[in-house]
Amino acid sequence: MSNVLAVLEQRDGTLRKVSLEVVTGARRLADALGGTVDALVLASGPVQGADQAAACGADTITTATHAGFARYSPEGSARVIAERARSGGYGAVVLAATATGKDLAPRVAARLGAAFASEVTGMGVEGGTVIATRPVLAGKAQLKVKVTGTPVVVSLRPNVFTPVQNPKAGAAQSVAVPGDAGRVVVQEIKAAPAGSLDVAEAAIVVSGGRGLKEPANFALIEKLVQAFGGRAALGASRAVVDAGWRPHGDQVGQTGKTVSPSLYIAVGISGAIQHLAGMRTAKCIVAINKDKDAPIFKVADYGIVGDLFEIVPKLTEEIGKLHG
Amino acid sequence: MTAKFQGIDFYSMDGLLSEEERAVRDTVRSWVDDHLMPVIGECYIEGRFPKQLIPQMAELGLFGANLPEEYGCAGLNNVAYGLIMQELERGDSGVRSFASVQGGLVMYPIYAFGSDEQKKQWLPQLASGKLIGCFGLTEPDFGSNPGGMITVAKETKTGWVLNGAKMWITNGSTAGLAIVWAKTGSLDDQSSIRGFIVPTDSRGFTAKDQKGKLSLRASDTSELVLQDVQVGKDALLPKSGGLKSPLMCLTQARYGIAWGAIGAAMACFDEAVSYAKNRVMFGKPIGGFQIQQARLAEMLTEITKAQLLCLQLGRLKDAGTMTPQQVSLAKRNNVDMACECAREARRLLGANGILAEYQSMRHLANLESVYTYEGTHDVHTLVLGQEITGLSAFN
Amino acid sequence: MKIAVCIKRVADSETRAKVAADGKSLDEAGVKFILNPYDEFAVEEALKRKEAAGTGEVVVIAVGAASSQETIRTALAMGADRGVLLQADAGTADPLAVARVLAAELKDGGYDLILFGKMAIDDYHQAIGPMTAQLLDLPCVTAITTLTIAGTTGTAEREIEGGVEVVTFPLPAVLTADKGLNEPRYPALKGIMAAKKKPLEVKPVQLAATGGAGLEVLAMSLPPDRKEGRIVGEGAAAVAELVRLLREEAKVL
Repeated sequence: MSNVLAVLEQRDGTLRKVSLEVVTGARRLADALGGTVDALVLASGPVQGADQAAACGADTITTATHAGFARYSPEGSARVIAERARSGGYGAVVLAATATGKDLAPRVAARLGAAFASEVTGMGVEGGTVIATRPVLAGKAQLKVKVTGTPVVVSLRPNVFTPVQNPKAGAAQSVAVPGDAGRVVVQEIKAAPAGSLDVAEAAIVVSGGRGLKEPANFALIEKLVQAFGGRAALGASRAVVDAGWRPHGDQVGQTGKTVSPSLYIAVGISGAIQHLAGMRTAKCIVAINKDKDAPIFKVADYGIVGDLFEIVPKLTEEIGKLHG
Repeated sequence: MTAKFQGIDFYSMDGLLSEEERAVRDTVRSWVDDHLMPVIGECYIEGRFPKQLIPQMAELGLFGANLPEEYGCAGLNNVAYGLIMQELERGDSGVRSFASVQGGLVMYPIYAFGSDEQKKQWLPQLASGKLIGCFGLTEPDFGSNPGGMITVAKETKTGWVLNGAKMWITNGSTAGLAIVWAKTGSLDDQSSIRGFIVPTDSRGFTAKDQKGKLSLRASDTSELVLQDVQVGKDALLPKSGGLKSPLMCLTQARYGIAWGAIGAAMACFDEAVSYAKNRVMFGKPIGGFQIQQARLAEMLTEITKAQLLCLQLGRLKDAGTMTPQQVSLAKRNNVDMACECAREARRLLGANGILAEYQSMRHLANLESVYTYEGTHDVHTLVLGQEITGLSAFN
Repeated sequence: MKIAVCIKRVADSETRAKVAADGKSLDEAGVKFILNPYDEFAVEEALKRKEAAGTGEVVVIAVGAASSQETIRTALAMGADRGVLLQADAGTADPLAVARVLAAELKDGGYDLILFGKMAIDDYHQAIGPMTAQLLDLPCVTAITTLTIAGTTGTAEREIEGGVEVVTFPLPAVLTADKGLNEPRYPALKGIMAAKKKPLEVKPVQLAATGGAGLEVLAMSLPPDRKEGRIVGEGAAAVAELVRLLREEAKVL
């Protein structure tokens, strides 16, 4: 019997959607291990939407409060989570491999002397031990790893563990945390342009490449992204990031981000191997390119050959109609 | 077209290179991919040398790389030097020509024939790229026969006065310094040929770009005219004497060119292979058809042979036993095979092969100059013929 | 400024992945090994800071097999002063085991900064930097894209979803570098020659999972090939059909 601690994420006092993926993953583990899912979120006060964790399978939801937890506090969070994991005798601690999670999870693991599997895309239990699948080599291969010890720490790749309705009690409580928040302080968050969704978390990614001919033409991609009504993010090939057309945060593939959206639309991207590595786990890939022999068509589920300057605006129009 | 170049190494020659040699090659290879490849197509069409890259090339240590550290050079062995030339020419022959001239034809003669003062005064500036040099040997009427030159240097009370004209001079119009070869005695006395360090801002010295080139377009090629150019006594390279001196310089440059040609061939082969695998015609990639496979097999064979040839040549040079005739064999073979590779790659690429977006035709055009300069293919044939038979077929 | 940079020798990401005979690791035949690209940002940052301070030392430390010496020499060629190889059997899956040997090596070094690349491009753990910091009880900021230091306080920026965090921390500290922090220099040819003469100490270490906790690789596999796709049509005329297929067949809209 092993309980699972699911670490949720909030921003500006509201639960981040990716947290529901964490609960879903934790639920799967807990059911296999025969235990409960206890959700934990760190904040400076009540977290709006935290109760949604119950619908995905959290038996309890604890909000740990501290004035210093309004924004992410690396040292304070690691301390609180590790103490909770230890004192609660948890078998597993599950986090999301978001920017915050990627920073936090290893700290928790080191504090606990625990085995840590990061950016997991699959998880199960065999003979009472957690078995995880995680991508390596820029997504060109995957490893099946046995994660041993008590507890184990696991971070989940965003957008893979689709939230599943599995309502549990979700008994809520709030606990004030003593001590200080730590030496590393997030002073502020500089906002990116309004409404922009991170490429690594979006369900839909539209990426542009050299076929756009010049940086100003990325406006075409931006319009298509907007047409999806907030569900899509903008990505870029390495070639255009290196050419300075887009910031490196937009880069998909190789030393950029690896993404797993439901829908990936590659516009004016030839499909050189280093780009493909970053997006080949997308559920559905669409390619738009003027060259019918471009390698991208080999991995695309659907392709349109032709002038992207005519096709993309038409696609934007059609998508816009759907999302009214 | 922005994938990084991975090299061609069919016979695992990397294992024959030392760690430093590989590290040197990898640095230049990366630099060429990051900084030269993005601009070279445009530069070639516009007919200009990418001057903005000179400071980076200097900082990497590409100029006079095989000259000693005390002069601000990298002090590399000759195999490493060859690998630098190979990787530069994998980018473009014109850019490799720049480095060949700066290192092998300007810095080398100062190093080999200059006084200690001259070496200290000029070599660090040339290594740092702050000063650019050119090599004035070839004349309008004297190409394959440099010994017939009519540029003369007459001794004066304060130094020398030079008169003459040189042609096909790489870097001529951008150089601050020219190594000029001139006869100090009568016109039929080859032994009177001496080398002079001539600042290009000297009165009477003019350099004019040669226009209308269809080859080596990303390189400055100029005519030099010397009209009563006065230089001081310290301009003479004291240890120079006879045709042997400029020919020793040419041997240095030709050695680098033998390696460079491999680079050009590798670039064309790499492009051809990639194209052959991706271009679909009659329902399958063209790489699956016999004629294209024959082309590629031929290219790979010639490249592999040339690589082994150069590696041994480099080891001989490092051992101090390399002969000019051995360099002739390598330059002649490698440039010829590179010309073939470029042409066959161009043909494999079909219509796309005539576009500047692809490399092969640019290399094809460049290599025609490389075939001709630094001793034409035919001249090297006669060098070998003489070496083999002991009989001169030159005249 | 005394700065340590922890680096790793990794397979070039341009490599085609093939699984080795043991079914668990990468087939190394024909694979090119390089200095982990994210570590290049860390090395460059260390060199820049030492150059700006005018004095100091940059030490590069790698955990790996003997072949990692070549990678250390790449960093030395870039300008680092000396290198340390903590020699251990290559191929451990466990980041905590590596963090432990690094922490033991770094503990008494008196470093003002300990830098890492944010992750290795072969295993993607993104863990060893913060784990090492935790073991040394040092402040740590991960995946930084800018860094300023004033006296003994540092300020760094890091990207998060939809924004940038501005983070302050006291020195000494552990930082992991992300792309964009700087433009790494090439190992200059003179540097490559000089690297041979710089000190490189080799210390054998044991990498062991302690307390029965650890990661064990059971298998490595290549992702399943995607099913063959199809060209829906040409030009703007094909858009309507594409949208229909995305809705009705792929069900992603």
